[in-house]
Amino acid sequence: MAIECLVLGAGQEVGKSCVVVTINGRRIMFDCGMHMGYLDRRRYPDFSRISPSGDFTAALDCIIITHFHLDHVGALPYFTEVCGYSGPIYMTYPTKALSPLMLEDYRRVMVERRGEEEQFTSEHIASCMKKVVPVDLKQTVQIGSDLFIRAYYAGHVLGAAMFHAKVGDAAIVYTGDYNMTPDRHLGAAQIDRLQLDLLITESTYATTVRDSRYTREREFLTAVHKCVEGGGKVLIPTFALGRAQELCMLLDDYWERMNLKVPVYFSAGLTIQANMYYKMLINWTSQKVKESYATRNPFDFKNVRNFDRSMINDPGPCVLFATPGMISGGFSLEVFKNWAPSESNLVTLPGYCVAGTVGHKLMSGKPTKIDLDKDTQIDVRCQIHQLSFSPHTDAKGIMDLVKFLSPKHVVLVHGEKPKMATLKGKIEAELGISCYYPANNEMVTLPSTHFIKASASDVFVRSSLCPNLQFLGKNTDDNPWQFKDDRVSQGVCVMKGNEEGRVIHQGELSSLLRQEAHDVKFAFCFPVQLSSENRWTGHPPGETPPCPSGTCSLVLSLLAGLSSSPVQEKIQVGEASLQVESVRASICAREQCPYRVGDSQRKPELVYVCCEWTSKDSELAWDVISRMKSVVLTLPCSDS
Amino acid sequence: MTTVMELTCLSRGKGYYSPPCHVLRLGGFTLLVDCPLDLSSLSVFAPVPGGFGNGDRSAEGPVDATGLIRAEPWYKTVATLHLWDVSSIDVVLISSPMGMLGLPFLTRADGFSAKVYVTEAAAKLGLLAMNDLVLQHREFREFYSFDDSRFPRWMEWEELECLSPPLKETILGVEGIELGGWMPLYSAADAEDCVKKVQKLRYAEETCYNGTLMMKALSSGSEIGACNWTIEWIGRTVALVTGSIFSSGHALGFDCQALQSKDVLVYSESLSIDHVGSTEDDITHDSSPPRLDSLVDDASARSEEEERLNFICSCITRATEAGGSVLIPIGRLGIILQLLEQLSVCSEFTSSKVPMYIISPAAAETLAYTNVIPEWVCKQRQEKLFSGEPLFAHQELVKGGRLRAYPALYSPELLRNWQEPCIVFCPHWSLRLGPAVPLLRRWHSDPNSLLVTEEGVDAQIALAPFNIAEMKMKVLRYSFLSRIELKKITPLLEILQPKLAVLPEDLKEKVLFLNTSSTSISLAYYSLNETFRLPSSKDSSKIDISSDLVSQFQWKILKESNFSISRLKGNLVMRNGRPLILSRDELPPSDNNIPLMHFGTPDLPRLLARLTEMGIRGTIQGESECPRIVLIDYPEKAVIEVRKNSSCISAPSERLRCTIS
Ligand SMILES: [Zn+2]
Ligand SMILES: [Zn+2]
Ligand SMILES: [Zn+2]
Repeated sequence: MAIECLVLGAGQEVGKSCVVVTINGRRIMFDCGMHMGYLDRRRYPDFSRISPSGDFTAALDCIIITHFHLDHVGALPYFTEVCGYSGPIYMTYPTKALSPLMLEDYRRVMVERRGEEEQFTSEHIASCMKKVVPVDLKQTVQIGSDLFIRAYYAGHVLGAAMFHAKVGDAAIVYTGDYNMTPDRHLGAAQIDRLQLDLLITESTYATTVRDSRYTREREFLTAVHKCVEGGGKVLIPTFALGRAQELCMLLDDYWERMNLKVPVYFSAGLTIQANMYYKMLINWTSQKVKESYATRNPFDFKNVRNFDRSMINDPGPCVLFATPGMISGGFSLEVFKNWAPSESNLVTLPGYCVAGTVGHKLMSGKPTKIDLDKDTQIDVRCQIHQLSFSPHTDAKGIMDLVKFLSPKHVVLVHGEKPKMATLKGKIEAELGISCYYPANNEMVTLPSTHFIKASASDVFVRSSLCPNLQFLGKNTDDNPWQFKDDRVSQGVCVMKGNEEGRVIHQGELSSLLRQEAHDVKFAFCFPVQLSSENRWTGHPPGETPPCPSGTCSLVLSLLAGLSSSPVQEKIQVGEASLQVESVRASICAREQCPYRVGDSQRKPELVYVCCEWTSKDSELAWDVISRMKSVVLTLPCSDS
Repeated sequence: MTTVMELTCLSRGKGYYSPPCHVLRLGGFTLLVDCPLDLSSLSVFAPVPGGFGNGDRSAEGPVDATGLIRAEPWYKTVATLHLWDVSSIDVVLISSPMGMLGLPFLTRADGFSAKVYVTEAAAKLGLLAMNDLVLQHREFREFYSFDDSRFPRWMEWEELECLSPPLKETILGVEGIELGGWMPLYSAADAEDCVKKVQKLRYAEETCYNGTLMMKALSSGSEIGACNWTIEWIGRTVALVTGSIFSSGHALGFDCQALQSKDVLVYSESLSIDHVGSTEDDITHDSSPPRLDSLVDDASARSEEEERLNFICSCITRATEAGGSVLIPIGRLGIILQLLEQLSVCSEFTSSKVPMYIISPAAAETLAYTNVIPEWVCKQRQEKLFSGEPLFAHQELVKGGRLRAYPALYSPELLRNWQEPCIVFCPHWSLRLGPAVPLLRRWHSDPNSLLVTEEGVDAQIALAPFNIAEMKMKVLRYSFLSRIELKKITPLLEILQPKLAVLPEDLKEKVLFLNTSSTSISLAYYSLNETFRLPSSKDSSKIDISSDLVSQFQWKILKESNFSISRLKGNLVMRNGRPLILSRDELPPSDNNIPLMHFGTPDLPRLLARLTEMGIRGTIQGESECPRIVLIDYPEKAVIEVRKNSSCISAPSERLRCTIS
């Protein structure tokens, strides 16, 4: 039983997320993304490693997509429509609703702007999305006989989910991208405390620790406000969904409060249509946003209008949201070419830009010129504001999640190699959990949890489930009574041949084996000295003995002989015997005792003591016997 | 914890508006399934105090306005539920919005500490329905200002004796024991508080009570948020099938897969009015095994439903074209949504200018909610989300001004916009509360107007206060599916293949298996208010043992019986409703405190042979008598006495003793 984790993408990089995990023989592909920084075959994961024969449907049990970002879903239509995968695909309702918008936007940019041959068509996107089974948060979905998957809220973007997958007793979580702090429209990631063999987590900000989101938002609003006040134009390059709605909520709210009249535009790719989806999916936003909707849907933006290409060089200040983010082409690049040369304008950049994009060039240093291609050069004089609030968790958030879930192993993906190495060291040193960060096309193999299945008898289950409360004493004021419920199960495990084991209560064993319990007893009959004054003479003459044969007196005398024994207090005195635990000693009145080994001749100066015990008390018995052997018994003087 | 399971039916229910109520005892826990109100009983109250008749009450003859109770309405809860100690209930499962209308009575009770599970959607719709009821009741009170200081007179026996038999039966129940179930309505705060106390579940979210019971809610198809349940504890599985519809026009359909192959299936819906028609139909079906898709995706049932809706639409348009208004006092969200859907594509309607009003305190919010809950609507509606359109057409009707939602009939806005003829959707279908009462009085003598009601509501009692002699309004009564049709119960069981199916008594003889493959399903029947003890399963509980612990096992192989046995000691934890034994690191794997056990009677010659191997010499004394004795003479003298169930070893030295044993 093992877990194999084959990283096809986002290994020591950000882009084309794709991890194929085999759990006890079941194979799941987590995400099927594309790399925005490449235009050649490197933009897609190397699918041939899943199945050399190319029969992907047989090679995979399912595909799970965590969210609608292209680095997680971008290769899906290619994989299903061109490579021919036709098995099940799972994603949340919002991801299923919003992914086609992202894919369509990307396809349009590729074809119209770059004039490239298309990798997949609109029809491909549509027929690919038809194969998707939407899931709700926490919905437990069974795939085949033994694979179970479940989505957990991940924050990040609308509908983003972490996925739990379980096969038999082995379980893993794949996080996708997530955010451990709530933002303007989304809640923080949320997951149950699960028993995991493996956690595969993103590590975009593996070493960054961020401060309060609020101050970062203020910086952004101040920068935008200052720019429009000075008559400048603000370009906010974003992808169609997610960041656009978040920033738009922020601006809409700020415009309202500051009573600003400067127009806010959405470019054509970012249709108001997208907001329609957000309105229907409001249950997937944060609790705060959800509660406010009874009065007004917060995605009904009051101050937002549509932008037309002809308005690019219109005079006067404005704010424009344009796709794509990272300024990798399309409309945002067209606007950038026009607005970058003016000092009064402002361009905001997302927290992360893939290498090779204009956004990435702007982030690295303060370039004054950007070479687009051989013939085009852009003068960059505008201000640049980098958004420092990001929908990704920071290093502290990753550590918190790893600590909370305490998996047996961690695999880092979706990050930069040096930072991942640092985080790996931290996880191993601080949490003692083994951690890996494989490169693309590398595989990590791990052992998986396996419980032995057995059936249990009712008697056993009842005996083990009765609480074993232990009172730990009075403690602090807020928690005055402390109890410990330490349920210890004791039983017997029985296997017959190769059948499933059966756990039963000890008492049931004999009937199961169809044999009666056989008690093994130990016995030993030994002589004890009687003091000379009170030789054993049968009944003391002339008196009615207090008990037959005067044995009770002998017993008391024996008891006195054990006064130094550590078990003295536990000795129970019977009429003719003493008992402690299973050890029972009695005065032996038999002429011939089977347990009297060796010389069995009765002598007047000897009294025989018969001892019986079970095996568990052997030591105790021997201690008692040796003490008794050294006793000299006396009978109380009878009145004679 | 026990494996015993008991079922008590507290109420057989009356269809959609008051689902049945059951108590299930399993694993030592008490689970209440649904906590409904019987709203149809509202019809015993007169909607308007006084006004009709002359106070001459007669217990004879048909019920008319004068026979009804003139008092502030009370509400009928499940009477036998009051016999249960609320503090003994551990878990409440709510299976539909209607199933929680009585819940505030329970959650506000002293000693109530149960965990209540309900789907998020049912909780939302349930709260809206409760608020609706509370506000309409308040409106009723404000209009007619009752003196509520005293114990209602109608509950006194002399008063009850004067009522007509049907009313008396409604109040007291068939067996005359239900008077204790009547309660004055809870407050809005009670309702609010109730919904705060419930745990809301997403679709098919697994939840675990006390580490022991694993429960999961799956769509039943009868309403948005309405569900069937699966319960699992120590490896045993139960499916709880409530009022279900295979293929719904608005809500997510019946989820079949997750209910398959359970140990026990409890079917909670009794036979009732909507079954009657189909009884003669054909219970027999062909003997080829039923197929899931043909059962769930029943095209004929759907087209029947569609035809029904089409017909209602045509009646509505005909009425408005003739200048009449239409009153649709229906509380079922699904019917309203589907009628609106149908009307929005009906060309006669769209070309006219007749306005539609939906009047209830919760109307606007309910409509808005149906458009943001894609996870719980039927597949056809979900496709709307994926193509970026509103889930339901009413959003467009609202935008276009054709449909307006108002909280009350007397809201100033409605009075300003009021136009006749119009189409009014409103609660309450019992015709006692809400806008239905004044509107019915307004239109009841207009022969062009139309009243659309549901079958199953006793029309005579419902219409009694409205002067039937002068009633000229057309009445269209329709029955809508709210449960599995009788003829489909058998095929359903054949598909679900439970080991044991427990059904209400009145389904006896109605479920007949013709397929030999289904004979492995055992059937049992329960009756009202009798605790039914389920035959305990022969299978034993499933348990997991960590491999660490197993590796510590010290196996002993018993040759005679091909058994291997080992002691087991570990920490028992419940994980996802299944016990798991983990190894105890702090304990040594073998523990001397547990007495060893020995089995079987030793075979003396073998014992002796074994002893000889160890260098111990002895002889067997006595051939057949009991006890048999082995005398050991080397290295020391010792005696072994063997009886059937016990042996006694006697030896002078400890060393020898140990060797022998
Ligand atoms: Zn992302
Ligand atoms: Zn990503
Ligand atoms: Zn003896």
